[in-house]
Amino acid sequence: MSVQILTFIIVGASFLLYMGIAVWARAGTTNDFYIAGGGVHPILNGMATAADWMSAASFISMAGLVSFMGYDGAVYLMGWTGGYVLLALLLAPYLRKFGKFTVPDFIGDRYYSQTARTVAVICAIFVCFTYVIGQMRGVGVVFSRFLEIELWLGVVIGMGVVFFYTVLGGMKGITYTQVAQFCVMIFAYIVPAVFISIMLTGHVLPQTGFGATLSDGSGMFLLEKLDMLSTDLGFNEYTSNTKSYLDIFCITFALMVGTAGLPHVIVRFFTVPRVSDARKSAGWALAFIAILYTTAPALASFARVNMIETINGPDATGMSYAEAPSWIKNWEKTNLISHDDKNGDGKMFYSGDERNEMTIDRDIMVLANPEIANLPAWVIALVAAGGVAAALSTSAGLLLVISTSVSHDLLKRNLMPNISDKKELLSARIAAGVAILIAGYFGINPPDFVAAIVAFAFGLAASSFFPVIIMGIFSKRMNDKGAISGMITGIVFTAAYIIYFKFVSPEMNQPDNWLFGISPEGIGTIGMIINFVVAFVVFKFTDDAPQEIQDLVESIRFPKGAGEAQAH
Amino acid sequence: MAFKNEGDQKAYWNENLSLLFKLLIVWFVVSFGAGIIFVEVLNQIQFFGFKLGFWFAQQGSIYVFVALIFIYMKKMNAIDKKYGVEEE
Repeated sequence: MSVQILTFIIVGASFLLYMGIAVWARAGTTNDFYIAGGGVHPILNGMATAADWMSAASFISMAGLVSFMGYDGAVYLMGWTGGYVLLALLLAPYLRKFGKFTVPDFIGDRYYSQTARTVAVICAIFVCFTYVIGQMRGVGVVFSRFLEIELWLGVVIGMGVVFFYTVLGGMKGITYTQVAQFCVMIFAYIVPAVFISIMLTGHVLPQTGFGATLSDGSGMFLLEKLDMLSTDLGFNEYTSNTKSYLDIFCITFALMVGTAGLPHVIVRFFTVPRVSDARKSAGWALAFIAILYTTAPALASFARVNMIETINGPDATGMSYAEAPSWIKNWEKTNLISHDDKNGDGKMFYSGDERNEMTIDRDIMVLANPEIANLPAWVIALVAAGGVAAALSTSAGLLLVISTSVSHDLLKRNLMPNISDKKELLSARIAAGVAILIAGYFGINPPDFVAAIVAFAFGLAASSFFPVIIMGIFSKRMNDKGAISGMITGIVFTAAYIIYFKFVSPEMNQPDNWLFGISPEGIGTIGMIINFVVAFVVFKFTDDAPQEIQDLVESIRFPKGAGEAQAH
Repeated sequence: MAFKNEGDQKAYWNENLSLLFKLLIVWFVVSFGAGIIFVEVLNQIQFFGFKLGFWFAQQGSIYVFVALIFIYMKKMNAIDKKYGVEEE
């Protein structure tokens, strides 16, 4: 059977599964819709959180990034996992005890201020939208490559599926669908990695194959070979850095803190029954995420070796373009890979210097990997289904936060406090529908700045939500004025820095011009520090938070009496 | 009031903070320490086919992160019990 037909069957079957789950788990109340009734088993919630967190970027792009960046790729590997430690230790249990629906709920109540709530709602909506656009794009890329349909049609199909189960099922439907999507995604990621690991090193586990000797009889370690290939071809040594260590430090920190401050991740911990379950759930979530995140760097190095050898040939002089393997031809159609025969010898050559004749988009590494390694067609189809699962699960989680922000934080808590539960549920569904349409539009017509804007989402979460929530829990006397001024200066500083280097003067975006040599990706770390400092200085000159707020903070510091999340 | 007295409440919170502090030190040492600040020193050490610093940056720190959360869960549940503030 051809790859295309197999892909139709496997992706189609996974869609039927997701929709079936949605019908079974449809939501009846706002409580179901927002937080799945607060009754999800912690291990299942961990799986759903993992699927929610691992986006099209994690599944499709990350291994490719690491593959091209070598050691520097560790900023993503550590940054996107280390944040869970902060989340589990510093945020999740307390927010669960607090027991409301959303992050703006916490910020608004803790700082007894509508202004703080409104600032938080705007940040939440902005962060989620930036993300969801990228997901829709990911769905489109997978569809257009593997089903050979137009990109816009791919996006529309993806929108339709997400619409169906988000609007019908809310958080309850999403959570159980995400459990299924996690299984599809992780299986699709692991299978090719295991195959390739066995082929290259004879190890079943990619994590150990990564540090093993090659089975080609040379007795060389894989990474040794990769370092050698890289330096021979004029690239930086694979296992050493190109960015400054200070920048690597700051980017990793900003990604960690940003992860812990992302509203669609935090909200997952409102869905478990008890505080101790929130702790357990965070642990399981990271364990499930770690399966993919420890496989990714292994896959990255396997793919790099395989790709260089396929293009440059065993004698490293280049392979004939006329006899190029089919994956090169297939991906050329999507313009993600191209060959420019500069020296006119009819051969392809890939290197990091003037000899280079190939332009290869990093995003194709995971998707093309099974083809590069000549794996069976069903594995390729499986990877396509995994990529779609990753994109859909994250979109659904983000769309839910957007719809909750509109119906709950904006309507119920701001504009129409007397809205009935039924009407609130209806407006949440309408908001989700509208959000999908907007996200789909941008998925088909992506603004040029989608990639640049990801730094924005993390920087914003790192410099706004994280410090304010931490202070709200760990400093019971922190007041509204301190928090609001901290949040605003943190955001304004971070946003200004990113906007300046990414949009206003992109030509200035070089290490020499950066503040302390910190790139826009890492500036959220400084924004976070500014937020803390400003908040404490303002707090010193103003009154303590009122007694009832201090009592509230005392009460979220221990688990007893958590009960179900309350609808006020 | 879930605690027997105010002293208990203070002691509970202090135990919590000291546990957090210890775990976060480990969190920092394996990722920012071994994976970034001291990566070149550790890279002199061979660990199977890896340079040790590189291994911490791309593998080891993640395993430690997972372990930290489960250790936290276990210890924190025990502290809750000790002060009688666990959930029913």
